[in-house]
Amino acid sequence: MPPLLEVQNATKLYGGSLLSGGPVTVALQDYNLTIEESPATITAVAGESGSGKSTLANLVLGFTSLTSGNIIFRGRNVKEMIGQERMQYRREVQAVFQDPYAVYNPFYRVKHVFDMIIHNFKMAHNVRDGREMIEDALNVVGLRGEEILEKYPHQLSGGQRQRIMMARAYMLRPRLIVADEPVSMVDASLRAMILDIMLRLRDEEGISFLYITHDLSTAYQIGDAIYLLYQGVIAESGETTSVIENPKHPYVQLLLDSIPVPDPDIKWGSEDMATVDDEEMRISVDSGCRFYPRCSQRFDRCLELTPPPFSVGEKDHQAACFLYEDKR
Amino acid sequence: MTVEMTQTRPATGGFDGHGEGAALTVKELKVYYHTPTGDVRAVDSVSFEVRKGEIMGLVGESGCGKTTTAMAILQLVQSPGRIVGGSVELDGIDLMQLNSAELRDVRWTRLSLIPQGAMNSLNPVMLINSQIKDAIQTHEARSSSAELKERIENLFQLVGLPSRVYNMYPHELSGGMKQRACIAMAIALNPQLIIADEPTSALDVVVQRVVGQTLLDVKRRLGISMIVIGHDMGLMAQLVDRLAVMYAGRMVEIAPVKSMFAEPLHPYAQLLIESIPSIKERKPLRLTEGLTHDLRTPPTGCIFQMRCPHVMDICREADPPLRELRPNHQTACHLYEDDGTPIPHP
Repeated sequence: MPPLLEVQNATKLYGGSLLSGGPVTVALQDYNLTIEESPATITAVAGESGSGKSTLANLVLGFTSLTSGNIIFRGRNVKEMIGQERMQYRREVQAVFQDPYAVYNPFYRVKHVFDMIIHNFKMAHNVRDGREMIEDALNVVGLRGEEILEKYPHQLSGGQRQRIMMARAYMLRPRLIVADEPVSMVDASLRAMILDIMLRLRDEEGISFLYITHDLSTAYQIGDAIYLLYQGVIAESGETTSVIENPKHPYVQLLLDSIPVPDPDIKWGSEDMATVDDEEMRISVDSGCRFYPRCSQRFDRCLELTPPPFSVGEKDHQAACFLYEDKR
Repeated sequence: MTVEMTQTRPATGGFDGHGEGAALTVKELKVYYHTPTGDVRAVDSVSFEVRKGEIMGLVGESGCGKTTTAMAILQLVQSPGRIVGGSVELDGIDLMQLNSAELRDVRWTRLSLIPQGAMNSLNPVMLINSQIKDAIQTHEARSSSAELKERIENLFQLVGLPSRVYNMYPHELSGGMKQRACIAMAIALNPQLIIADEPTSALDVVVQRVVGQTLLDVKRRLGISMIVIGHDMGLMAQLVDRLAVMYAGRMVEIAPVKSMFAEPLHPYAQLLIESIPSIKERKPLRLTEGLTHDLRTPPTGCIFQMRCPHVMDICREADPPLRELRPNHQTACHLYEDDGTPIPHP
């Protein structure tokens, strides 16, 4: 059985064309990712701002097209899908976005969100069937229709709005939900609820997630596999637990080390940290490791060649760093 | 460090954040926002103090009144908001009583702000140095440009910026560098108090750590008091000396940061601390219902009653006052006796 989603050598460049001019920005380079058909999994894609993680979400959702490479959904190249098949893809791959305040049209009541998809995908034959479908989806996220459907978006909290977005996505019974920073704008005390919905949809409904986040701790809590991006290139990937508990790439080590520990007795490591202007670093397309300017363990080799992923542990744990070359 | 700074700030080095005396005292502050269907009580009878040389953290969910509190301290509340009552005392001066000319003298020289999204507050068409000069010259007598340059370069050194930033435009700097330029500007006139509104919210963790350490360094070397507003409890644990938790416009708990993390007393503070995701161990998620009341019509009694897992009858009748239940640890909750022993609850 072909995998659910396969991203093959995806490269996305912005700028540099005849019309837009300017330097080329590499948003994503030779990116590979596989999500198996079953069992359903939560695949986390993490990295700092500008690392290309939202570009990946946009590519999978079809908002933008690849410069080179392929995205294969259940054995079919997304590029070649047209008409009915394309519509089917749009139904099976759903999205939940970062900002639960911006996704609603403030002039419509909440139920409009649901009515629209029922209409567009011709999901119900009559109003009562539709209403039942909505109620069913809302129950999954712990809401009741009578409480919220007649309200306007501004009358709901951020957490409620995001749960409604989850219900909307679930109603279409998708195979994959691309969740782009779904909890970063939701209040800390309510985050757990959104994350729990994701876990339940995975376990009870068999929906896989592509969970895009900058927050490694939530990725660790719910992710099955993780891909860590640095400036458009995968620095490290593997099972979430092995990557987070035993990071290998110097960037990932730095990242994990920088997360503030929620304990006043354990202070941040105090070694002096040099940051380099990001702008200076992201011009070059091909030569060497992108983390070179900030790396504490760099050597000359890193400037000459781009490190390919090396196996660094059990199963699929891989790090793109020459430190692990001989262990192959 | 400039000469003036060492003179006016004798307390350098080894500041542990427990200097005596209050730099800022806020009493019974009330800020309401007018809406056609009634006032929204954004800040309702909030009292706290910031001690000399300490960083106080102010946390709470979005919309709980953190930023409004900061704006009220600076006397910058804008319509439809208005300050309904209370006092804000900075070093013995009640800021509420000052007229706009007097306020102008106080702002920046005694009280400065690192605004939310500070990196977007820099003027994109001005060099960094002219923006800082602008702030200095607006408030001080003219000084020679050589002096100014030296002073700005000292400021850069203090916040860890390379001196080439002097002749750069904001777009040439990374987010973290812009944020540090804003910190340099905030300390340029040697204020007693800096209010930093979400100073690291748009930065990734590595840069967040650099900016956080810059703030700590500034506090240690200059002894400036700070209020840091945020919602990241991990960052707060690293940065602040005391922590204040707000919920729906009310202050629910104020405590030294160690005491807060060791033994949060208010159910909302407990919830905030328990819901910090860990990178050390995978544990089951803790869920709570997220229904908040309408801010225009707060319920009678405790403000947290609709989400509280331990709600009792009295919580629906009487508003719990802020009481000192542990040394320096104040909580507004009916779950404890006056001496701090917990009352058995369902």
